[in-house]
Amino acid sequence: MLYSEKVLDHFSNPRNVGEIEDADGVGEIGNAKCGDIMKMYLKIDDNVITDAKFKTFGCGAAVATSSMATELIKGKSIDDALKLTNQAVVEALDGLPAVKVHCSVLAEQAVRSALSDYYTRQGIDPVPIVGEIKEPEE
Amino acid sequence: MDKRFIYADNAATTAVSEEVLAAMLPHFREGYGNASSIYKLGRDAQRAVEDAREKVAKALGADTREIFFTSCGSESDNWAIKGTAELMAKKGKKHIITSVFEHHAVLHTTQYLEKKGFEVTYIPVSDKGLIDPEDVKNAIREDTALVTIMYANNEIGTIQPIDEIAAICHEKGVLFHTDAVQAVGHIEIDVHKQGIDMLSLSGHKIHAQKGIGALYVRKGIALPNLIHGGGQERGKRAGTENVPAIVGLGTAIEAATRDIAGKNAVITPRRNRLIDGILKLPYTRLNGDRDKRLAGNLNISIEGIEGESLLLMLDMNGICASSGSACTSGSLDPSHVLLALGLRHEVAHGSMRLSIEEDVTDEDVDYILEVVPRVVERLRDMSPVWEKMMKGEKYE
Repeated sequence: MLYSEKVLDHFSNPRNVGEIEDADGVGEIGNAKCGDIMKMYLKIDDNVITDAKFKTFGCGAAVATSSMATELIKGKSIDDALKLTNQAVVEALDGLPAVKVHCSVLAEQAVRSALSDYYTRQGIDPVPIVGEIKEPEE
Repeated sequence: MDKRFIYADNAATTAVSEEVLAAMLPHFREGYGNASSIYKLGRDAQRAVEDAREKVAKALGADTREIFFTSCGSESDNWAIKGTAELMAKKGKKHIITSVFEHHAVLHTTQYLEKKGFEVTYIPVSDKGLIDPEDVKNAIREDTALVTIMYANNEIGTIQPIDEIAAICHEKGVLFHTDAVQAVGHIEIDVHKQGIDMLSLSGHKIHAQKGIGALYVRKGIALPNLIHGGGQERGKRAGTENVPAIVGLGTAIEAATRDIAGKNAVITPRRNRLIDGILKLPYTRLNGDRDKRLAGNLNISIEGIEGESLLLMLDMNGICASSGSACTSGSLDPSHVLLALGLRHEVAHGSMRLSIEEDVTDEDVDYILEVVPRVVERLRDMSPVWEKMMKGEKYE
């Protein structure tokens, strides 16, 4: 498996690992059966993501994409975070092997899933804003 | 402990040994003749090939005329299985018996034959990774062409009851092939005494180079020719002989079978210390029978973590290992071997295989036993699966 230096860096020194006790939105995506689970915690203040943390069960790419996704949305507005695409995560990591691109999709969906939870907690239907969350195929 | 480099993946491949390299080198620049040529340079090459054949035959308890050089273990498996299928189909026998946890060189070949109209029975394995010879016996039919069962499993190292299976096949008049790629050099083999009809082996698992293998075919079995061309390998497998690689295989198998018991006596206690040390971690299990397994093999599932992450972290600490996780295979499914033992997908994803030889010292074992728990703890700390397990929640 040929990983870029950046992927290996984010795997060996993942940014933002952990939980946020009083998170405003928590999302989880994936299942252990297919080998990847990402859990994303967001702290949101005035429509701005002030903190993001994650926990991931998965391969090197799953850890690295989670790490990169949290880096890319921290300090951003919700609108900007919703614009985060898996392609942006892949590019920020200097590419991923083809068989690992699905990990970047999981990272994108984990962010959406946490934002969806944020809106649900506010009593707002998240679907028109965040869209449907895509669970990976088994 | 200072960082070390430990190669613990000998079931994947091995380094070419000094002894093997020294034997091969003269055949590149000086003894480069074509073994089919009549002049001395050619005759010398032919002599080197036949000398290597004798060494392979001797290591297996076979006759030289029963040894055919191939390019790898997979080629040997393909030839034995497809060749026997072709041979026996003429007699109306189109049923093959194998096991669910064979190497893909066997499984993908039998699946190919299924598409060609053959019927295949896949014998299950016990939760310890062992085949029951009775299952083979019960599966044999009037039209069974071949039984092919691996000698030792490549992932969990379990050693199959080859003698019993061979005896059953003989009694029923069915040909028996075994993929012994993982067994040669680690278990004493005597094909004639054991009643093995065909056996595949590979050079690079026993310190020869990659790209050389052999197939033993018992005298009297008219296995169809694999490669048509010149008269090499008695016309059965044409193509100019890879003289240096063949010489290397001869030297390698001689060295590997010189003192199997002595090697295993050194490796087994170290391997056992690794097993016991790693199993001290909570939520771990040894995959495969503890005793009926290759001396250097251990395969352990570590719940709450995923195998590829584990391998990358071990690599960062200088340890080369492998895993049955889906992520390391490029597919979505974890190892078919671990699933065959009845492991849940999520447990199979977190497996680790170490395959050691004598060069892994007691100090290396200490080092591995220091690194593995540290790395596992780190990965479990960031694992939502582990978090749920610790809270007693279901995570499936």
